[in-house]
Amino acid sequence: MMVVGRRPWGLWLETAGAWLLGIMWLLPLLYALWAAFHPAFYATRFDLRAPLTFANFKTAWQAAPFARYLLNTTLLVSLILVAQFVLCTLAAFAFARLVFPGRDLVFALVLLQLMIMPDVLLVENYRILAQLHLVDTIVAIALPYLGSAFGIFLLRQTFLTVPQPLDDAARLEGCSLLGRLWRVYVPLARPTYIAYGLVAVSYHWNNFLWPLVITNSVTTRPLTVGLAVFASTDQGIDWSIITAATLMTSAPLLIAFLLFQRQFVQSFMRAGIR
Amino acid sequence: MMRRDTIHAWLLLLPALVLLVAFTHWPAVATVIDSLYATPQGSRPPPFVGLDNYDGLIADPVFWQALRNNAVYAVVTIPISVVLALVMALAVNHALPGRAALRMAYFLPTMLPMIAVANIWLFFYTPDYGLFDRIVGLFGGGRHNWLGDPATALPAMMLVAVWKEAGFFMIFYLAALQTMPTDLKEAAALEGSSWWNYFRRVTLPLLMPTSLFVLVNAVINAFRVIDHVVVMTRGGPDNATTLLLFYIYETGFRFWDTGSAAAATVVLLAILGALAAFQFGVLGRRIHYR
Repeated sequence: MMVVGRRPWGLWLETAGAWLLGIMWLLPLLYALWAAFHPAFYATRFDLRAPLTFANFKTAWQAAPFARYLLNTTLLVSLILVAQFVLCTLAAFAFARLVFPGRDLVFALVLLQLMIMPDVLLVENYRILAQLHLVDTIVAIALPYLGSAFGIFLLRQTFLTVPQPLDDAARLEGCSLLGRLWRVYVPLARPTYIAYGLVAVSYHWNNFLWPLVITNSVTTRPLTVGLAVFASTDQGIDWSIITAATLMTSAPLLIAFLLFQRQFVQSFMRAGIR
Repeated sequence: MMRRDTIHAWLLLLPALVLLVAFTHWPAVATVIDSLYATPQGSRPPPFVGLDNYDGLIADPVFWQALRNNAVYAVVTIPISVVLALVMALAVNHALPGRAALRMAYFLPTMLPMIAVANIWLFFYTPDYGLFDRIVGLFGGGRHNWLGDPATALPAMMLVAVWKEAGFFMIFYLAALQTMPTDLKEAAALEGSSWWNYFRRVTLPLLMPTSLFVLVNAVINAFRVIDHVVVMTRGGPDNATTLLLFYIYETGFRFWDTGSAAAATVVLLAILGALAAFQFGVLGRRIHYR
């Protein structure tokens, strides 16, 4: 790539600066990795001859029901993803390709949720779910997020780019409204679904405050809340075990990210372009 | 008779709209109503108290401290993370040695749950043992309880927020930089324009829509994300790290004072609304969209 008015030493300076920042950004993670893979004695002693061990992971895994938490998170994220895909697709199609009175007003009302997210309304949402007798269920963690303004907006923008003649052709062939949506629009929007899916999975895998409020038992808690409960009960200050548990709960997403790095980064980019 | 399109449209919208209204619009309205009633006790309907809950907030020094903390938190973390994000994006947009690894290093914190980040940084900040004290020690600094001292606790939390968010915002700048027309760059090179001049006159204005998007997200996050406060400090020491949403969380779910929590939520909604109006109204109008 051509660079305007740049001298060679400028490039070196920039590289050095960028890497300094990069190392600063990696340091906390490297520190956590060090503590998790070494015996507690070496947690804060940096000695290259320190023995490696998996014992911290084993202890953490056995000290709390992480397998159950992992199952809960998986169920929660799947539920949210499937429901959001279906609901947002239907709504986005209506906004993109159907003409009806009040469309712009309703769309503006939907977009309000981009600014006022359910996380902020936790006191009132708790009250509503208590009235529905749903407190401490996985469904209750998911419910406030199922209708997603972000998803509707993203899919609407994508559907708007689908050429109208394709739609007309399908209509001439006798395709119904839902048939056209399924056969023409959804296949063409595949990259958007991948992008939205990755963003949604990482958001809800990592979500903490609302699940913390609405759950209070092992059978419903997602990993994040489970980790917080584990780290705050008397583990003493055995940092080796706490960091092992921390890395364990983040591992599935981190490994997926490292394997599909390009896709993840491009997905986040795509989701941000408006 | 209604047109067929209209009926179809409403049928398609119905499921999503019902959920959106039930868990966003209705709760927002109900919060305003609840803030005018006392906290329910037992099964009796709570009495109407007018603005008493708001008077209670005004009289509560912790509420004011939460507002002040949140203002400082937003004013410091938002510009730093947005500028850092832009610097990171500019860096990895070039063919630097190890560009892919760098991009990963910057972006990695975004993929971690905030609660995991909080645990790692808690360890980082531990007096004596923590890496932070070690590094400061190298430069001759002494032992310091970063999260236990009211003077350093909030800055310590802000550092965590910047570390977590900058890489996330970088992605959006990177996306915008990669779609930027290269003919402008060639023209500028022919005219012998300096890098700084080109950046200020061409790149920055073209990045304005992205900056607005990033800014909106940064503002929302500054008021929405309190996971690290819950895990690292519980608002302490001496309320030094209590942010507005944490205050609401404590009032609503630790003291079960839902009337006051509703009033505080109304304040938060008003702040978010005012900031949104400012961003789209004032800033939005000054931006050139391509």
